[in-house]
Amino acid sequence: MGNFAANEGLSVFVILVWLGINAYLFVQFYMNFLTERWFYTRVLLGDALSWARAPAACLNFNCMLILLPVCRNLLSFLRGSIQCCSRTAARQLDRNITFHKLVAYMIAFHTAVHIIAHLFNFEWFMGAQLYRNSSSLPFVLSQIGTGDNASYLNPIRTDQTIVPNTNPTIVMFTTIAGLTGVVITLALILIITSSMEVIRRSYFEVFWYTHHLFIIFFIGLVFHGFGRIVRGQTATSLLENKPSQCKDQFESWGMNGTFCPKPEFAGNPPMTWKWVVGPMILYVCERLVRFYRSQQKVVITKVVMHPSKTLELQMKRKGFSMEVGQYVFMQCPCVSQLEWHPFTLTSAPEEDHFSVHIRIVGDWTQGLYEACGGDKNETQEAWKLPKMAIDGPFGTASEDVFGYEVVMLVGAGIGVTPFASVLKSVWYKHIQENQNVFTKKIYFYWLCPETQAFEWFADLLQSLEGQMTEKGMVDFLSYNIYLTRWKETEAAHFRVHHEAENDPITGLKQKTLYGKPNWDNEFTTIGTKHPEKKVGVFLCGPTQLADVLEKQCLSHSEAGVKFIFNKENF
Amino acid sequence: NGKIEWAMWANEQALAAGLILLTGGIVGVAGQFRDREFAAYSIAAGVFVCLLEYPRGKRNKGTSVERTGQYCFTVCVKSFGPLTRNYYVRAFLHAAICVPGGFILAAVLGCVCLGIASLIYLAAAIRGEQWEPILPWKESARKPVGESIKLPPQNPPPRPPAEMRRKRAEDLEAAAYVNPIAVTANDD
Repeated sequence: MGNFAANEGLSVFVILVWLGINAYLFVQFYMNFLTERWFYTRVLLGDALSWARAPAACLNFNCMLILLPVCRNLLSFLRGSIQCCSRTAARQLDRNITFHKLVAYMIAFHTAVHIIAHLFNFEWFMGAQLYRNSSSLPFVLSQIGTGDNASYLNPIRTDQTIVPNTNPTIVMFTTIAGLTGVVITLALILIITSSMEVIRRSYFEVFWYTHHLFIIFFIGLVFHGFGRIVRGQTATSLLENKPSQCKDQFESWGMNGTFCPKPEFAGNPPMTWKWVVGPMILYVCERLVRFYRSQQKVVITKVVMHPSKTLELQMKRKGFSMEVGQYVFMQCPCVSQLEWHPFTLTSAPEEDHFSVHIRIVGDWTQGLYEACGGDKNETQEAWKLPKMAIDGPFGTASEDVFGYEVVMLVGAGIGVTPFASVLKSVWYKHIQENQNVFTKKIYFYWLCPETQAFEWFADLLQSLEGQMTEKGMVDFLSYNIYLTRWKETEAAHFRVHHEAENDPITGLKQKTLYGKPNWDNEFTTIGTKHPEKKVGVFLCGPTQLADVLEKQCLSHSEAGVKFIFNKENF
Repeated sequence: NGKIEWAMWANEQALAAGLILLTGGIVGVAGQFRDREFAAYSIAAGVFVCLLEYPRGKRNKGTSVERTGQYCFTVCVKSFGPLTRNYYVRAFLHAAICVPGGFILAAVLGCVCLGIASLIYLAAAIRGEQWEPILPWKESARKPVGESIKLPPQNPPPRPPAEMRRKRAEDLEAAAYVNPIAVTANDD
């Protein structure tokens, strides 16, 4: 089990607490409807009443939670405040989207249970009206309140003999609860189908715009209980007509000379708004903060076109401050009014500007490239550069790098970008001699499938290499570049130049390695070199690699050295 | 990030609708509701829609992700040819299937979901999308064989130059082959 607890403990705890609260609410509200107040209601509905109310309570709880993980500005603020107390706790906030999805699945589950229970409820309400026999208690109960339309129990007031075409479907569409219920369930289903991974990864716009149906969902949810359609006996009525005593004399309720008057019923006041109003307000604030930040002026100070279709933008914004490895959301109104895309910051906090490196892969990035004059030969005038909006920066696990004495940084392909920021910052910290840097050793692994992607990062490594040699600090950073795929022609070139002092691909003194790293060896070597230390392992790359590294961290964390795994995700 | 292929979303929506129809139908039948013949219909409709929609179609651009074990369904659906390839047919079919679902409460939700899926399929059809089966890789992987391979070679195979091929009297070991007849020096 190694260090499973250190790595995963808090996540598991949070999930268990959340599941526990769900279970508690379910059971508690199930039992709430087994009391005397609901006795007559249960004559009509049986257990289906409880089976509908219990998931309703859980739905209130989960709908309250679902908005919170996507308030990224709030989370960023919380993360900063918690970090002083506990780095582990702060890291939990990275898993916000995962939690958002879990809560969404739970909402879908409870919705299903709730709807199925109500199908039975409607069926039996209808049945009680259809069986028109005054020696049937359900029928007698259903007739209560026919005159005043206020003290009734059965929300289906009549049957087909009185008003034709009264059936559960029509009744449902003519009640507030029924109508809002259908609308919000539809919204939920559309949100879920458009959030499937296939759709989300390929057609982000469909996912993003459809997701805004959540506004309809929440409005409908708040109004869902306004019709007070679930009715129990009123308190005053319970004093006069006790079900345990009066239930068998229903044929003579309210008649002269009897003890039992007719029972009277009323619905519960709507409760949902109490659960969701807080998060709704927080979310509105979140969107306002995002809007305010997006209005602040951002100036592009430099545009650099790197090989392999990478665009670097250097920008400035008043009052912008960042930490290592953070990311921002960028919007370019002339490309798309509504799209915001996340990019890791590749500059260090010590620099006077902030920069991002953008790989041109789709419509939006292509549009941005053209707006910055990338496809033109001559340099673009500064005033022609497009207006940009920035939201952020937002925290990610890379901020934790400097908290470890020994660090392993693993970047796959373009995943190397957050580490550009880390390496630059570490370097700046060292040359500003008044800073005492806790981090003593960095092991850097870069896995790359093609040579062309190297260039801009290789430049950075080369300059760092030179400066470290000057300062006599060659041992501080040990980097390993792995070329995971190559062509035959390239292989011949490598063979021939094997003996050269500088690497034939990168021009760096440290040679490029071929294939994938042997992680077992790497972890063992590092573990042996740094016993009794906490080694931070940071990855920006695909999930398969994350699983591999996580396993390695767990299996090599024994007797002293502890490998703590941190994963970036976008 | 590419141009939206509406059929992909219509497919997710229709599959969800099928499952909802199926669930509603089961509730109606198991709970012995009135009008349970509509519930039985809902079960049949749900199963049919699920079978039809389970195999994902091939995307025009980008990698297509299969659903687990969808190959046999792909083969079935493919065998109906233009009926399943054309999205106008699907849009109309789903619209027709969903109507009886509106008659009982248990199937209403499935009915509306399927109706929405039908509309999205209509949008896909108008944009000219079609359902293409995702077939195993090996069927199309073999590159077509070039014509020249069928003719006999015109030139002899490449060999080292004649001086090196011929056994030289002074260096018999370096020769490329063994000669049963003793080599004598040439006088030319």
